[in-house]
Amino acid sequence: MIRFLVGKLAYLIPTFIGITVVAFGFVRLLPGDPVLLMAGERGISPERHAQLSAQLGFDRPIVVQYWDFVTGLFQGDFGTSLATRRPVLGEFLTLFPATVELAVCAIILATLIGIPLGVFAAIKRGSAFDQISMGTALVGYSMPIFWWGLLLIILFSGILGWTPVSGRIDLLYFFPNGTGFMLIDSLMSGQSGAFRSALSHLILPAIVLATIPMAVIARQSRSAMLEVLSEDYVRTARAKGMSAWRVVGVHALRNAMIPVITTIGLQIGVMMAGAILTETIFSWPGVGKWMIDSISRRDYPSVQGGLLLIAGVVMIVNLIVDLLYGIINPRIRHS
Amino acid sequence: MTATPKIKSERGRALREFWFYFSENRGAVIGLAVFVLLIAIAIFAPLLAPHNPIQQYRDFLLTPPAWQEGGTGQFLLGTDAVGRDVLSRLIFGARQSLIIGCVVVTIALIGGIVLGLLAGFFGGWVDTVIMRVMDVILAFPSLLLALVMVAILGPGLMNAMIAIAIVLQPHFARLTRAAVMAEKNREYVMAARVAGAGHFRLMVRTILPNCMAPLIVQGTLSFSNAVLDAAALGFLGMGAQPPLPEWGTMLAEAREFILSAWWVVTFPGLAILITVLAINLVGDGLRDALDPKLKRS
Repeated sequence: MIRFLVGKLAYLIPTFIGITVVAFGFVRLLPGDPVLLMAGERGISPERHAQLSAQLGFDRPIVVQYWDFVTGLFQGDFGTSLATRRPVLGEFLTLFPATVELAVCAIILATLIGIPLGVFAAIKRGSAFDQISMGTALVGYSMPIFWWGLLLIILFSGILGWTPVSGRIDLLYFFPNGTGFMLIDSLMSGQSGAFRSALSHLILPAIVLATIPMAVIARQSRSAMLEVLSEDYVRTARAKGMSAWRVVGVHALRNAMIPVITTIGLQIGVMMAGAILTETIFSWPGVGKWMIDSISRRDYPSVQGGLLLIAGVVMIVNLIVDLLYGIINPRIRHS
Repeated sequence: MTATPKIKSERGRALREFWFYFSENRGAVIGLAVFVLLIAIAIFAPLLAPHNPIQQYRDFLLTPPAWQEGGTGQFLLGTDAVGRDVLSRLIFGARQSLIIGCVVVTIALIGGIVLGLLAGFFGGWVDTVIMRVMDVILAFPSLLLALVMVAILGPGLMNAMIAIAIVLQPHFARLTRAAVMAEKNREYVMAARVAGAGHFRLMVRTILPNCMAPLIVQGTLSFSNAVLDAAALGFLGMGAQPPLPEWGTMLAEAREFILSAWWVVTFPGLAILITVLAINLVGDGLRDALDPKLKRS
């Protein structure tokens, strides 16, 4: 197992170096002078230009700049936001829990609906249920989620008036930011109605973000289950006279879930992309919306740091998925 | 002399067999029909569209669809905030979406095949370097990387297409590499090598045609991804720029009217959904028809 872990970690080093090169190269690839670009349309005096160049290190050789950049990363220095003058890492860490909360709720929703849908569709292969659920899954898979979010807002916020249009909680409520997860903090605050408010703000973005992963999980669960159901050991279990539910629940499901778990893990990366759109539509104060805002206000240190941090998160999640896969499937570990 | 008709009939048989399996999947046939219809709409857009897609009718701002109160037969699906006909913009928008899909898949496919062939055929450090670069691209969420690239290149449809193609390209490279590695030690490749075929001929003429099935399926899936991603970039203001009638950009312009004018939001999204759904249905059908493992079951 340790050899497996070390192997996986060694494999990540070149990818990590590549990610830092991309993030570092980003500001340098912008056409024109980066300091002028950052200054925007207001322009900048020559003295201030020289001062900023020196401060950001643009006046030194590119290799030295890269080295400083990478050593800075290891000291937690991801640059300073031009918009807020705060460290990029601090900004990211403040907003990250909102994205995690949204993503976790979405992945739970996607799993709880996607797996049963796929499994039952496989068991009832060719039935009306199979066709309808897989048809729905394909529609979900093809959904432009930014449009889907707008439709849900029209229906649930506009027509029915059930849910708020944006934000994480009503302004009425105020409580200390304990865990950073609004659902937990609001529950712990003991204020009546706070949890309900947090939940009603979360539900639509979570549905929107869960849509594509749910469809992918349902499709994957169905095909994995179909494959397993045709295996010899399932036939043997049936021949032994086991009940259909026992065959499915004990023998087939456990083996069918191995590829599904990988799929769920890989959806985390997809979700980071989905979060950009979902957070923008619902004004959800997470890292996705922050990235879009940073790009549109030309806050390049934030874009650079955010790019690196998000890629880092995706990389670590994928590593954990790989390791989990190795644990539940010994064949992978020993190959 | 006798070989040509034989090859032709062989190809005809393969095509017939492909169509047999493809047409067994009803969804795929429906998807294909919708896709062909979309192509026709895109080609004949100037003939089909009742109005010029960028013409602003200042007396008809946010007119509802014809069947709703206040609607007029002149604008079947209503008008947008500056009085442009929604139906005409949707019809012309089909052009943008199909062009985006074609350009992105072509760039990604060519780039991916070349890199995948080189990596799989030569192995060693060539393989290591190419595949590590692909890993780096895949480490970023695709939409985020495309967004940042567009920020570098400047917003616009062409730059959005290049960015999406770069992001989708590693999937083709990985598939090609895997297929090449599976094929390159087969006997027919050895035979061609012994017969004196050079590297280029071995890669392109001997091995590549036998790796096409997964690439075609991936190409279809990438087509729908490209349409979705380009619409998303348009929606975020980084793709096609107004007044170009692109579906994602239309949605972005309609955002502030979601609670007052449902039609400006609903129809462009529906157009994106139908297009992507049709292509995905075709993709599913192609996968079933081209995958020999599924054929037997």
